Parts: sequence; C-alpha cells; structure tokens
Amino acid sequence: MTDEPGRDKVSGPDEEFSTSLTEGKFRIQQCNSCSAHCFPPRTLCPVCSSRDLEWRDASGIGWLHAFTIVRRSIEKGGDYNVVLVDLKEGPRMMSRVDGVALEDLKIGMALQAHVAQEADGDKVIFRPGESE
Amino acid sequence: MSRSLRGKSAIVGAALATPGPRPGWSAQEILADAVGNVLDQTGLTLKDVDGLFVGSAFHYTPTLSMAEYLGLRPRFSDSNMVGGSSFVGHLLTAAMALQSGQCDVALICYGSNQATAGGRLHSMAEPQPYEAPYAPRYPVSSYAFAAQRHMHTYGTTRTQLAHVATAARAWAASNPEAQERCPLSIDDVLNARMISDPLSKLDCCLVTDGGGAVIMVRADRANDFPEPPVYLLGAAGAHWHRQISAMPDLTVTAASESGPRAFAMAGFGPQDIDVVQLYDAFTINTLLLLEDLGFCPKGEGGPFVASGAIAPGGDLPVNTNGGGLSCCHPGMYGIFLIIEAVRQLRGAAPGQQIRGAETALVHGNGGVLSSQITAILGNEQTL
Ligand SMILES: [Zn+2]
Repeated sequence: MTDEPGRDKVSGPDEEFSTSLTEGKFRIQQCNSCSAHCFPPRTLCPVCSSRDLEWRDASGIGWLHAFTIVRRSIEKGGDYNVVLVDLKEGPRMMSRVDGVALEDLKIGMALQAHVAQEADGDKVIFRPGESE
Repeated sequence: MSRSLRGKSAIVGAALATPGPRPGWSAQEILADAVGNVLDQTGLTLKDVDGLFVGSAFHYTPTLSMAEYLGLRPRFSDSNMVGGSSFVGHLLTAAMALQSGQCDVALICYGSNQATAGGRLHSMAEPQPYEAPYAPRYPVSSYAFAAQRHMHTYGTTRTQLAHVATAARAWAASNPEAQERCPLSIDDVLNARMISDPLSKLDCCLVTDGGGAVIMVRADRANDFPEPPVYLLGAAGAHWHRQISAMPDLTVTAASESGPRAFAMAGFGPQDIDVVQLYDAFTINTLLLLEDLGFCPKGEGGPFVASGAIAPGGDLPVNTNGGGLSCCHPGMYGIFLIIEAVRQLRGAAPGQQIRGAETALVHGNGGVLSSQITAILGNEQTL
C-alpha cells in the first residue's frame, strides 16, 4: 500500500482494542493530559478533550456493580448472568462472571478480568478475584 | 431559565389511532389513521400542516417517508430520535419552530404495528460492540440493573415495584381503550415468569400496536378550534448516556435535570401538578421518575408507591390511562403520554377523569433510562 498523505497508519481505537483482545490482552486507554482512563475506547478524552490517549494494560481488577440473571430455556442453554463491573481504573463495563453459581453473585464482590476466546468472538469476562 | 416559550403554543388536537390490535395494517397506515383522527378533531386539513414531527423505529428518514405518504410539503420538519421520549421533545421543538415563524401548524405523529408484525420490540438500533458479546436482553436487562441498584441502595423491594404495575392496571380497568384490564394482584406480578432478574414479565410494558397524533399552533389561534386548548407551559430535556454501562448512577436519571428546568419555565413545582404521565416501560421507571421529578425524595419511591399514592384514589394520579404497563405500548410510548394528559386537561379522559385537573406533567424516557424529557401542560386557567 502506498503511503498516501492523510491515510492513517494505525487503526482507530475500536479496532486497536479488538486487536489486543485477539492477542489475549485487555487494554484500556489513559489520557496523558488529565490521567483519566476511558472505556469504551475513544478518540477524544471525554474529560478534558485531549487526543493524547495512550493504551495501557488494564489491571483487570474490578468489583461487581450490578448483575442480572437473564432467564433462558434449558434447551437454549439455560439461565446466564450479565453484569456491570467497576474497573479499578474508574470506568464501568458490561461483562459476565464465570466460575461462580448464579445465586452466589453479590454486589461488591471482587473480580478479575480474563480474555476469553469464544465461538462468537474474543471478549473480556471476569472470575471471582482476590478481595483487597 | 428562559420563560419565553411559556404559554405561547397550544395543543389544539390530540387523537389516537383506533386502539387495539391492527392485523393487516402497516406502521405508516396506523400513523395516518391517527392523523386523520386529529384532523377531524381540529377541522384542519393536510393542506394546513406545514410543520412535521415524526418519531419512528420503522423508517430511516421518518419525516421524509411520512410527508410523502401524507402528501405534505412541510416548511419545517424534525425527527430527532431519542427513543420513546422523542415526541415530548417534539413539543419543545415545535414550540420553538412555531414561535420563530418556521411553521404555523405543527403535526407530531407516530404509528406502529409492532404487536401484529411479530410481537417483538421493533428497532433500528446499531450493534453495541461493548455490550452485545454478553447478550443482555435488550432493553429489559438494562432496566433490571437499575432496579437492582435501587434495591441495593435504598432497600426497595419487588413488592414495592409490583405496586406500580397494580396501580397501572387499576387505572386501566376503567379505560375501555386500555388493552389489559383484568384485575392484577401483587402476587400475580411477583409470581410472573422472570425475564431478567429482578424484573418479571409483569414488570414490563405491553407489546401492542398503536398510533397517535398531536397538533400544535401558536397561542393566538388557540381558541379557533372545537376543543379546549392545552398550553405548553414548560419543557426541557437532558441525556447523560446511551448504553446502560455508561449511566453515571443507575439510581439517578437525567429527569433530575430536565424536571427542574421544565418546572422553572412553567413557574410551577411538583406540588402544583394535578395529573402525571410518566413513561413506564418497566416498573422501575415510575419509581425513578417520581423521585427524580421531585414527587417524593430520592430513595423513597418504593414506600411512596406502596402507600397507594399513585393508584386510583391516591393523592397523585399517575398514568391515568393505564400507562405503558396496561394501556398500550407500541414501542415508543411518548405520544400517548401527551394525548392522555391533553384529554385529562380537557375533562375528556376515556377512563377515570381527574376532576378539575388544570396542570399536567408529561415525562418521556428514551433508550435505557437515557433520554429524559419533561413537559408541563396546562389549560386556560394556568396562563
Ligand atoms: Zn483527559
């Protein structure tokens, strides 16, 4: 491919994020101007408008903010959880918690992120983590 | 707060499409049915309409599609899409367009055949790459998170939420246009099939067909029409997120901002409102909106609704047609909030009429507690 002016040499933040996931890495952006973390990925810092956002490895540490059990027939795979996780870095994200019975999910429980390669794509999921 | 729009525009027509299931009718045909009904009510014709406001999940360019279908050549049109709250927002935009002379007769309209066309929420929503991988049931799981956080933070119970559903049904019972009128008990709600904990099927709005249309003009023409005018006294909108994972605090909606701004324009407070129409897509909505709009303190929505305050006979008539939970919910309910409020202020409610009602609050919710738009309406005495 020729090096045309105006042609971006790197991908946009969404694609950067999904490329990281395929490499098994969960990264989030941090603003070099105001040091806020942002997720989902952004082009402009929503706190201070800076474009200077840098990818960092996420700590993967989080706490269960809220959860719901989506009810589904046994034939279709049965009930499953969907959760909101407060990341140690600040942002909140939707995810799923594995390795814990549905009835043992508790708001506030410590969680640790993992990148799961699943049939429908790579995704960040959580398992119970060390409480701090 | 600017009060320059207070009382300057009036709703002179508000009509439903024929209520109930409409097998064999398309969304735009149902919309046009409502438009025909509102024209009949006002004595206007399509030729008189020069401002068009359409919210729709069925058309990519709703005002283009509907203007062509209706044979309109609008001077001003707007289809700002903020989910089910769109129509309440159109009241504000229409008032601005009328006052600035961009149009003289504003038509706000909606139609949906959601129930007979498949029975699922019809949506043109784009994929959400940071939520879709976890398969939340959209939109109920988003509201479930909010309900759970409210329970966790304030001790709200499923029984208290169920009171929202039973109050709505009690209002619907006397409204012949409501689609669910059979008695509903707290136990019915608690024992209904769970969809996305803690919300059961009966914590969720209906899936119906339906349509509605509203006509607004400048106040100087308000008395040129057969029905008593209803004035727009205040309106304001706010939104802080799109997806539930980005909602700053799951127990506080942007209604806590739109409400005070709409009240300030109207020069009224919650204590001045005679009848309230809140977008009750799920039982938790009513609780959050009662709190955020100042009808009860934050966190006390549960005990407030459990006291019977919003049911027939209570101190605060809320969703007097049965609401989205029991009257109708064709996917975007906002226009029905307006129509029920107008009918109450005209003294012409199809179900229980609130005697002497002079002021109404209409509040639209869109997305997943995302867009919040409040309008204050009043009859001639409130000017
Ligand atoms: Zn920044």
